[in-house]
Amino acid sequence: MSTKLTIGKGINAGLRRAMEADPKVLIMGEDVGKLGGVFRVTDGLHKDFGADRVIDTPLAESGIIGTAIGLALRGYRPVCEIQFDGFFFPATNQTFTQLAKMHRRAAGKVKLPVVIRIPYGGGIGAVEHHSESPEAYFAHTAGLRVITVANAVDSYWMIQQAIASDDPVVFFEPKRRYYEKAEVDTEAPLHTATPMGSARIARPGADATLLAYGPMVKTALQAAEADTDHSIEVIDLRSLAPVDYDTVVESVKRTGRLIVTHEAPLTSGLGAEIAARVTEACFYHLESPVIRVAAFDTPYPQSRLEEHYLPDLDRVLDGVDRAFAF
Amino acid sequence: MSNNTAHEEPELVQLLTPEGVFTEHPDYPLDIDPEELRGLYRDLVMVRRVDTEAVALQRQGELGLWASLLGQEAAQIGSGRALRPDDMAFPSYREHGVAWCRGIEPRELLGMFRGVTNGGWDPAEHGFHLYTIVIGSQALHATGYAMGVQRDGSVGEDGAAVIAYFGDGATSQGDTNEAFNFAAVNHAPVVFFCQNNQWAISEPLERQSRVPLYKRAAGFGFPGVRVDGNDVLACLAVTRAALNSAREGQGPTLIEAFTYRMGAHTTNDDPSRYRVSAELEEWERKDPIQRLRTYLEKEGIADEAFFAEVEADADKLGERVRHECRTMSDPDPLDIFNEVYAEPNVHIDRQRAEFADYLASFEDSGAEGGR
Ligand SMILES: Cc1ncc(C[n+]2csc(CCOP(=O)(O)OP(=O)(O)O)c2C)c(N)n1
Repeated sequence: MSTKLTIGKGINAGLRRAMEADPKVLIMGEDVGKLGGVFRVTDGLHKDFGADRVIDTPLAESGIIGTAIGLALRGYRPVCEIQFDGFFFPATNQTFTQLAKMHRRAAGKVKLPVVIRIPYGGGIGAVEHHSESPEAYFAHTAGLRVITVANAVDSYWMIQQAIASDDPVVFFEPKRRYYEKAEVDTEAPLHTATPMGSARIARPGADATLLAYGPMVKTALQAAEADTDHSIEVIDLRSLAPVDYDTVVESVKRTGRLIVTHEAPLTSGLGAEIAARVTEACFYHLESPVIRVAAFDTPYPQSRLEEHYLPDLDRVLDGVDRAFAF
Repeated sequence: MSNNTAHEEPELVQLLTPEGVFTEHPDYPLDIDPEELRGLYRDLVMVRRVDTEAVALQRQGELGLWASLLGQEAAQIGSGRALRPDDMAFPSYREHGVAWCRGIEPRELLGMFRGVTNGGWDPAEHGFHLYTIVIGSQALHATGYAMGVQRDGSVGEDGAAVIAYFGDGATSQGDTNEAFNFAAVNHAPVVFFCQNNQWAISEPLERQSRVPLYKRAAGFGFPGVRVDGNDVLACLAVTRAALNSAREGQGPTLIEAFTYRMGAHTTNDDPSRYRVSAELEEWERKDPIQRLRTYLEKEGIADEAFFAEVEADADKLGERVRHECRTMSDPDPLDIFNEVYAEPNVHIDRQRAEFADYLASFEDSGAEGGR
């Protein structure tokens, strides 16, 4: 059955289906119960699955991730909601020193199927700590899988794939795109969905590859549309760790140019890593250096300046122009 | 969740009943003159007005967000007026009343919630640190600051003390509990002032604690006291005593101001999804402003003319707040690069210059926003 869903509703429907399929799936976080989360992503789940499966936790992120590890050790599959990107940091110790490493430390004897959902990114006019893009920290940490979605089809399927994964998965939700809609076939079997580890060609093209993920995919598609002089291929990366280099490299070999864009600051961002890898793999195919269009290396600014801080259509097009200027 | 004692009928320090009747408290004598009493009333009315205006301004799209202090005025004014100039306060994000006591202009607060600044005032000048949004963080800052005060030898009758503000939800954070412990083992001159407004967004106190919050202090080895958070006189007396005990080298105190969040958590929140209106009505009867007014009237400490004058001043303040908010200009785009580092930084300078060129390219082409 095909239904029109927003990204937020897609996650909600995916969570519901995963909870119905497996009684070990738990939701936990601040305000996820009666309120349904501050973005209402868990709306209705508390009512239907009860307080033992949708757990309103004390206000403590380290506590959320640390107890999720314990629940996972006991055979549960916790899905933790972190309220906003900037509030993840109290949980860094549990995530980076414990969650990410335990499988290896136990030589594979311990599995930690924990999902950490983090609404991230800017563009909603919020006060500080509510607009950050911390994905690079996670991608830098071995043992974690990091994914993000750009449309409702992916939000519905990828949350289920994340829950089904035996690895810890960090699931980034682009909060300014929560209300983007798409047709989703909600009844297809899970195994038929595009695997969460793969990138997706969101728009085919021949002259340059424009790579984006999460909130920037929409902007990238708009830029490709706006540039009538060139045929731009847009890749929606989807998986930030590991990156699906096969799809990226294949595309760049065809187009000869790569522009990477993300909301996170430029320096040591994911774009830097991708630029290095692609340069190695495609050196003789490249017509220009890999161009990055990212946010500045400054703290996320006060909201009245965020339109300048976030790469917008013009900045992305400027990046495309720079690639063609070589 | 049975047997939860977090709501246990409190041993509440109260000087002024909801009906406006004053009773002395044996442990917390209050030395206060009529002028100060009228001043407290004025403060309460003024900060409520700032709050009302800010909520309205948010509704009109002038502010991105506002965290209302409605109902918590007494806890903030009582504790804020207990501070001396050399004392230092570490707020979270709802302490507009304490900010008022520390001489922070309402427009500074509005600027932050409008998205024009990220704070901006000089904490040292006001003895009032920046608002801290990441829950619990400031409790440790306050404790470290207090350890500094201690090392400076700034103790005794004319010494300085420190106060940290946070909510009931914040008591669940590791940082807050670590602060309690650091303060205790170091005997730091810090007062932890918890405004227990019963809710952390949608989560009631029962989701944070099985015991009354003030009792936590005992486990860390320092005194805890619960005060009627809607009684400005009790909040003043109890906070004064705790600050004095801190400055005289007696170490930390935890004050739990038992109060209620009358409004939504912030203007983004919808409390009708999780709480019942009976609760609201119960707390409306305990309103901090009305009870002080009744007392002042009954005791002849203030007359009609005074109340009318305060009302007129509040109107003037309201007008000023609206005007200052609406006419606040957006910062220059290049402000993004300001003050990222304390020392010159070539990397930031280069990014700033590149962005300036980029912005100028639109001016040259005469187009607003390019293509
Ligand atoms: C570390 C962290 N986690 C989550 C949040 C989101 N958040 C903002 S306010 C709030 C509730 C705070 O409740 P409480 O401490 O009782 O203070 P109150 O707002 O009631 O004054 C939450 C969960 C945050 N700001 N920081």
